[in-house]
Amino acid sequence: MITAGRIVRLAERDREEVQFLLDGETRNALDGDTVLTAMLASGHALRSSEFGPEPRAGFCLMGACQDCWVWQEAGPRLRACTTLVVEGMRLRTTPPENWP
Amino acid sequence: MSEPSSPRIVIVGAGPAGIRAAATLVEAGLHPVVIDEGHRAGGQIYRRPPAGFVRTPEQLYGSEADKARALHLLFDRMAEEARLTYCARSSVIAVHEGRLHVLGEGGAEVIFYDRLILATGAADRVAPIPGWQNAGVYSLGAAQIALKAQGVALGRRIVLIGSGPLLTLVGAQLLKAGADVAAVLDTSSWRQQMRGFWGLAARPIVALRGLVLRARLGRRYHAGVTLERIEADASGVAALRWRDAGGGERHTPCDMVGMGWHLRAETHLADLAGCAFTYDEQLRQWLPKADRMGRAGNGIYLAGDGTRLLGADGAEIAGRLAAAACLADLGRPVPSVGADLRRLALLDRFARGLAQAFPWPGALVRALPDDTIVCRCENVTAGAVRQGTTLGGGEANRVKSLSRVGMGRCQGRYCQLAAAELIAAQAGCRPEDVGRFRGQAPVRPAPIGALLRES
Repeated sequence: MITAGRIVRLAERDREEVQFLLDGETRNALDGDTVLTAMLASGHALRSSEFGPEPRAGFCLMGACQDCWVWQEAGPRLRACTTLVVEGMRLRTTPPENWP
Repeated sequence: MSEPSSPRIVIVGAGPAGIRAAATLVEAGLHPVVIDEGHRAGGQIYRRPPAGFVRTPEQLYGSEADKARALHLLFDRMAEEARLTYCARSSVIAVHEGRLHVLGEGGAEVIFYDRLILATGAADRVAPIPGWQNAGVYSLGAAQIALKAQGVALGRRIVLIGSGPLLTLVGAQLLKAGADVAAVLDTSSWRQQMRGFWGLAARPIVALRGLVLRARLGRRYHAGVTLERIEADASGVAALRWRDAGGGERHTPCDMVGMGWHLRAETHLADLAGCAFTYDEQLRQWLPKADRMGRAGNGIYLAGDGTRLLGADGAEIAGRLAAAACLADLGRPVPSVGADLRRLALLDRFARGLAQAFPWPGALVRALPDDTIVCRCENVTAGAVRQGTTLGGGEANRVKSLSRVGMGRCQGRYCQLAAAELIAAQAGCRPEDVGRFRGQAPVRPAPIGALLRES
């Protein structure tokens, strides 16, 4: 398991592995992870701020602060703290090219 | 099996208040519709992990396991027996003339109501400190949700800051689960905490439990601290600078900071539904007005932490009372409410004690340097809020349009109290004198495509 990310798994480690794509690269997560957990298990941020230089990694985890919106290759964004990761999900840390 | 009743009663939120309100209506033979953002009922306090997770309620909820289990069982049984309609993973984004605009997995839809019970709960009340926009800064509630619903810690070396029961509780829960908690820093001094004694004595067992948890934090816990700033590098949080009660400068390396000063009621829907608001001096926030039973007028009822910050036990009672009020107004037989009202008065005394012991850090906010970010959504600074006040005067909505504070996608949920504090200080008045940000629909971001399909 990749352990270089922001989060530390303390319990519930015995779950099926799930693979998703982040910026075109395959990443591992566990079934039942939110997209936020899945991305931060092997990374430090979800997106960059539109209004400052700093990366962002979510804040409230209950769907209220809207800090964790993540781009998908297909276009529409999803809220990483309230969406469960799904096998084969294709995510991006930056907007898709040619996005209006 | 029953169908949504006539009159149609809609409950928003399936935490302790929403579940008890639903159960009271179901017992009276009605069929409520329950709209909830969660994947499963329970709310934030009794939130359940996704399917396939194996920890027991005792591991997840500690001393509150029996209450959590009872509520989950009760709600699941009502849903299975189709005695209510449960709309999970659905957000009410607008309320207008007896209609709720609801955004669910399948898009947007309109749900009509005759009576509406709002049990929207609360979230962390946060105060900005320099550097809090960086990756790795979370609310205390977030740290608890991550642990409960995902089994993870949000950092390798954690510092918790703020004040209130959640500060101690989250610290103790993380330690127990094996996380590295470097420090738990309370902006309330021991002397201030003692001021809440009389109120806290209303629930001696709960207060004692808090002290036991506090003891488990050992030397990590510091009261009466002053927070200076969060330092960050390219990947996020790197350290916290703070001063201890004696004024000594401290520097604690960490990669995660959890923050929160007790709770802020979630009131956007009550606002859109037309409820009147009053400023609560002690809780230092605007709350929607309702009578003891939760009646807010015009067929609207309020229950739980979204209207009075009494915690989970108080929310269960308030849920029953709001449903009873609804039944009474419909001319139906009403369950007896005397014991619940007496219990609520006791919980209210306790909540007042908490508010005294763990106050909002107004002085800290007023002293923020101009370059501190106040609105995390759009990086609006304290200086911009002060400048907006100088230009437009001490009125919250005018400063909002001049500086964009409160206009980001969280819609002011995490900056409004700090902004009011800054505006008041700049204008030379009290925070309640500057008014409150007007709520605007949609109260959650909604893709335009979903709304087009709805129309």
